[in-house]
Amino acid sequence: MAATTTTGFLSFDRIGMIFPDGTEAISDVSFTVDKGEFVAVVGPSGCGKSTLLKIASGLLEPTRGRVVVDRERLGYVFQDATLLPWRTVRQNIELLAELHGVTKIERQQLATRAIDTVGLGGFEDHYPKSLSGGMKMRCSLARTLTLSPPLFLFDEPFGAVDEITREHLNEETQRLFGSEGFAALFITHSISEAVFLSSRVLVMSSRPGRIVAEFAVPFDYPRQPELRFDAAFAALSGEVSQTLRSAHT
Amino acid sequence: MSFTREPVDSATAGPVDGGRAGEKGPTPGPRRPGRWRQLSSISLPPVVLGVAIVGVWYFISYGVLEERRRFLLRPPHQVIKVGFLEWDNFSEILEAMWSSTRVALIGLVISIVLGFVVAIVMSQAKVAERAIFPYMVTLQAIPILALVPLIGFWFGYGRTSRVFVCVIISIFPIIVNTLFGLQSAERGMHDLFTLHHANRLTRLRKLMFPAALPAVFAGLRISAGLSVIGAVVGDFFFGQGEAGIGQLLKKYAVQLDGEQLLASVIMTALLGVVVFWTFGWLQTRVIGKWHESTSGGT
Repeated sequence: MAATTTTGFLSFDRIGMIFPDGTEAISDVSFTVDKGEFVAVVGPSGCGKSTLLKIASGLLEPTRGRVVVDRERLGYVFQDATLLPWRTVRQNIELLAELHGVTKIERQQLATRAIDTVGLGGFEDHYPKSLSGGMKMRCSLARTLTLSPPLFLFDEPFGAVDEITREHLNEETQRLFGSEGFAALFITHSISEAVFLSSRVLVMSSRPGRIVAEFAVPFDYPRQPELRFDAAFAALSGEVSQTLRSAHT
Repeated sequence: MSFTREPVDSATAGPVDGGRAGEKGPTPGPRRPGRWRQLSSISLPPVVLGVAIVGVWYFISYGVLEERRRFLLRPPHQVIKVGFLEWDNFSEILEAMWSSTRVALIGLVISIVLGFVVAIVMSQAKVAERAIFPYMVTLQAIPILALVPLIGFWFGYGRTSRVFVCVIISIFPIIVNTLFGLQSAERGMHDLFTLHHANRLTRLRKLMFPAALPAVFAGLRISAGLSVIGAVVGDFFFGQGEAGIGQLLKKYAVQLDGEQLLASVIMTALLGVVVFWTFGWLQTRVIGKWHESTSGGT
């Protein structure tokens, strides 16, 4: 892990974060996410993974170090779908464009396209309360897609859905990565999710969070669901898992 | 209150994301045969209790009270005959009701407007919340009786004072509920608005205010009921000008008009129920589509 100074889409330069109550959440984290890259960060719960995203997006100011990122059109996918319950699927998807002052007609076009992309057609007029967990996440993804962000930040987005839905959403995310051409920083505690999605996996230790290892993921995109049963996939996952374990103790 | 609505979210129910077209939202449950039984199980208990109450009422009128003391509790049919069916009596009650209803409505509207403004100010700055809250609690804690002489002293004994009492009694739940509602939007939603550079007004309009609606309606329903109480209480003490229901109650009590007294009480109770229902209905109309556990209420 060399201290990188490359100017990527997103670069963390010796980031440290100490909260007002004295907890050191992150210590000396440096890495970059370049154009066309899909970087996953895995680590145990409470290791400061999410804090990293909050810093990247500007929701939190780091106590040490520097972040370089263009925050104009940042895609942020939250842990929960964070849909506004009083808005229909379509109205929720139009929200960000609305906040950015996009005209109504354009907004509708953007939403229609995003709805198609994530396969929510037919549910435009449903309210979030009648959607399943997986559909809520699709809606949340679609909302972010309307901005065509060059960089996506994913904060454990599929942690709350069941296994099979999660796998579907992973395949979808991976497909979108191929078709929309964004760069991504994906936070998760699922190793198989990290390996399946990313071109690079970073392993984070806990308290304070540091990057302890980095793995390149050699599989080509688009990736098929069967990849999960591939021997090479299993081997790499095992390696990541081992590193995570040793970092945890 | 009945919460018969079923949870519609089937988050973990099945492989929803595999077959998107397969899922078509909530389906009507197979509960058809039980419908009639369900209806009777809901309406039967209150009907039975109602009959029992009327029975006890008759028993007290005829069984407990001797004839010369029967004016204390006239039997039900007598109340209906004298209080409701004799037009002169009933129209007197209706006129007074109308006057009190107007007072209650004016009071309620003032409470709503003022309450919203105060709650919004409090929600925008922690300092304002800290400054205002103790005084609000104090105001709420003063028994209205203690304020009556002062209110009469300042505003006279007419309608202004009645409305004033109404506002004092009904504003508290509006402020508290609206404030609570405005602060109820989730952290993640606020983050979303922050990330996309929403200004204060946009955040208030598109996030905090809609999020507050369920709590606002809860407050409205309580306050609407209280405004009726406020109008009656205010009228009881401030009798100048058009007589409201409070004045009438006083008059009937003095004249020992038991039937009319009871008829007025029943009408006042009805007014309270109607107001409560109206707001329940309004709530279902406005937020029923999206809010999780909205029920019209009984």
